[in-house]
Amino acid sequence: MISQLHLPWIELSIVCPILASIYCSSCRLQEQSRRVALIASLITFALTLGEWLDFGTLGTFSAQDRASIIFMTFGTEFFVIDELTAPLLSKVSLLFTLTIAVTMRSKASRFSVVRTLQAEAIVLAILSCTTAPLLIGLLALGCLLPWFEMRSRGRETSVYSLCMAVHVAFLMLGTLLLWLDHESSWLSNVAACLLVASTIIRAGIFPGHIWIVDLFEKCTFGTAILFVAPMTGAYVVMRMVLPAVPEWALHWIAVLSLLTALYAAGMSLIQVDARRFFAYLFISHSSLVLAGLEIATPIGMTGALCIWLEIGFSLGGLALTLRAVEARIGRISLDCYHGLFDHIPHLGSLFLISGLAAIGFPGGLSFVGMELLVEGTVEVYPIVGAVIVLATAINGISLLRAYFRIFTGKKHIAAVSIATRPAERMLAITLGLLILGVGMWSGIAVSSRYHATEELLKIRKSSMDEDPSRSSNQTDHNHLSQSRADFKKNGNLAVAAND
Amino acid sequence: MILFICGLTVVLAPFALALITGLTLLFGYQLSEKSLAKLTQISVSLAMLAASILLITMLLTGQVQYTLQLGRWVDLPTQHFHFTFKFLFDRLSIPFVILSLTLCGIISAFANRYLHRDEGYARFFLFYVIFTLGMVLTSVAGTIETMFLGWELVGLSSALLVAFFQNRINPVANGLRVWAIYRVADGAFLLAALVLHHITGGGELDLMMGLKPWPENACLVDSGQALAVGLLLLIAAAGKSALVPFSGWLPRAMEGPTPSSAIFYGALSVHLGAFLLLRVGPMLEQSPALQWTIVAIGSISAIYAALVGRVQTDVKSALAFASLLQVSIIFIEIGFGLRYVALIHIIGHASMRSLQLLRAPSLLRDHHQLQNNLGHDQFTAQGSAIRHVVSSLRTWRYRLAIERGYLDSILDEWIAVPFQNVFRFFDRLERKAIRGLSNRTDRWTNPEDNKGNLDEKETP
Repeated sequence: MISQLHLPWIELSIVCPILASIYCSSCRLQEQSRRVALIASLITFALTLGEWLDFGTLGTFSAQDRASIIFMTFGTEFFVIDELTAPLLSKVSLLFTLTIAVTMRSKASRFSVVRTLQAEAIVLAILSCTTAPLLIGLLALGCLLPWFEMRSRGRETSVYSLCMAVHVAFLMLGTLLLWLDHESSWLSNVAACLLVASTIIRAGIFPGHIWIVDLFEKCTFGTAILFVAPMTGAYVVMRMVLPAVPEWALHWIAVLSLLTALYAAGMSLIQVDARRFFAYLFISHSSLVLAGLEIATPIGMTGALCIWLEIGFSLGGLALTLRAVEARIGRISLDCYHGLFDHIPHLGSLFLISGLAAIGFPGGLSFVGMELLVEGTVEVYPIVGAVIVLATAINGISLLRAYFRIFTGKKHIAAVSIATRPAERMLAITLGLLILGVGMWSGIAVSSRYHATEELLKIRKSSMDEDPSRSSNQTDHNHLSQSRADFKKNGNLAVAAND
Repeated sequence: MILFICGLTVVLAPFALALITGLTLLFGYQLSEKSLAKLTQISVSLAMLAASILLITMLLTGQVQYTLQLGRWVDLPTQHFHFTFKFLFDRLSIPFVILSLTLCGIISAFANRYLHRDEGYARFFLFYVIFTLGMVLTSVAGTIETMFLGWELVGLSSALLVAFFQNRINPVANGLRVWAIYRVADGAFLLAALVLHHITGGGELDLMMGLKPWPENACLVDSGQALAVGLLLLIAAAGKSALVPFSGWLPRAMEGPTPSSAIFYGALSVHLGAFLLLRVGPMLEQSPALQWTIVAIGSISAIYAALVGRVQTDVKSALAFASLLQVSIIFIEIGFGLRYVALIHIIGHASMRSLQLLRAPSLLRDHHQLQNNLGHDQFTAQGSAIRHVVSSLRTWRYRLAIERGYLDSILDEWIAVPFQNVFRFFDRLERKAIRGLSNRTDRWTNPEDNKGNLDEKETP
């Protein structure tokens, strides 16, 4: 029997932004809807924080809502919190709150708070969902929001539409094949390949990464950040791919992820548009996370989970800084120097702090996370593992290059004041303290991530032990058969099924 | 107990200073020049006093090594992974940390007047205290991870201080180049640390280098492993100490304010590579091939620095190459296993070079004043042996020296530009692919709109 939280935190945190979005859509004044959205996202953040604290008191791996409406209605629970997602939910809701808070009034007409609140609800639901069909549905629904925005702005959507359609279609087809009760090994391999291909696209692994670059170019910066920063692709890997695909597929994704990390790092170095620079920097980091998850060693996975947690804040902070700069001077070209530091020193500092934390510099959680990841990867792939070191070195260079181009090099002359606003100052202080605080107490964060890793690997191992043939490399077909059995048994994904 | 308190003070005083300076700036509260200078003085003096007491106590009690254990920051016992806060006070670290703190204290007092009412005063001191913290951590690190932490802090603060005059392009471009070289060095260091971790099963330097105190310890790794790890550490050390082929950044680093040039490239930072090799000295002795490699690189760098240094036309660059020459000789000494000689050489050279760099601006003014008063140049060029060499060789030598051995051009043309070209090619392919998939071309996916590429000279 799965443990229960003391309150229906999960449902409340999902319902709150939905209700707020309904209210905001009826608001006539943009400022009013922005205020409501900010309050609602703050409440949502408080709810996810309460959910995390409540979950911490239970001392269990996973828990579900008490007095859940969904359970009472459907007789089954779709949303669960566990050690993997507990901090991620708070992180995501904080990122949404900060994004809404620092959006300039002049940009309110472009950046829809209604869609943002809907996106928040969907992302929180995705990160709590452990039921395959619902998860696929939510992922598909989440893809629609940026699409609507691009359409409403009259931007080209072909690349994004194609990639997301293929991702969702492959995910559905792969899951469907796993559900089917068949003994054909080639069909099982087809299912595995479909899931892998779907993951590669969603997580932005080469060559499935182009939609991320395209999204950053065509969407508003805020929407693009909020769509990619929660790293739902990594969540799909943990929930759907890791327990269901054979070893060889995991290893291929891991190697491909490592190479993508290096490729994206190199690409970020030569970009002349700040959005593209950020998109590649993000792809490089998310690929590192994915590589760590796929090698499935305790050390490597712990490192990957640490970086996953950290880059939400750090790359989120970096992106919000770029967004704030963009709101002042328009699209940022890295082809020339802008010299903005004297005008916006807080944003300059945040850019440096968050960027350095992301690349694994001392002071952030990624410093330890990166060491764990490198150590775990080198254990499995001694030569390819060294790619991580190279990728982080290049990321570091491209980060400082971008900093110098945007904030230094000349004295910017502005006709009107472009000084840092109070909300942005608060953003800098909040994220700065958060990054440094989490970095200082890395031990606690690493222990928590390691515990989550241990439990996840235990679940994976126990499912193998049920069928000894899966634990060896006898046949990948057997592996898939078991996963299929898990799916058929109760319709839940591996984590929930084992509770 | 006294050793524990002193050891703790040595580490915590610069840490507290960095924390206070950083947080006040983050909160938007700018400390006055007087407060900043006072805080720096108190913190450095406190750490200095503690280090001196530590040294005296150890001398009096005959203790040659003291290990300060502050517990485990990260601990995964089942995976044998831990990140320990452990600091080692021995015959290598104590002289080096005292040297670091002495020079940091003196130069902070100098900088206080030098940068008086400069708009970047607070920024300078923030980077400066980060540098001090990095130097202290690297000097007394008891684990390779702690050393790496300090090493990275030194690298970042150095690069940002080179770009201190941030409203001009040249300092910024040079800061980026310094940073690029440092990142390569950091990568090599990290890989070496990982390999050492794997070989010895932990990151403790005293365990890695044997249980005897420095410099008598016997290393636990065999010659093959020592060569592999040693080469990686040599790359890291060469990057940090600007040895060939990384020497190009050293004169560029002189773009920073004089106090930072003095402390970083004359005194401390440039010796950090030598310190690293001294720390892992016992391991170097395991592999004669490695020792000869160090001697070879040291010799090449020394010849290079001697040649190039002679044709420099500005005093800071001339001093930079003079520094490089001495550092190269220190590397040769390390290669020959003369550890105490190298340590004494570091201390003497760092002190002298700091003084020279701090005196350089006023010395030039005094010299010009003297010339004006005398009405002629007091100093005339002296003849040298090279005058007897055939003129074509002399011209060739002069060109080589004035172009600083073409090292920057070689790194640019053989590594940076091909690297960028490869990724620019991929970038074009991606843009084409996106255009091919799109029904119409957007402004930002059209390469013609973004035709202006980076200035290759300014990017690493």
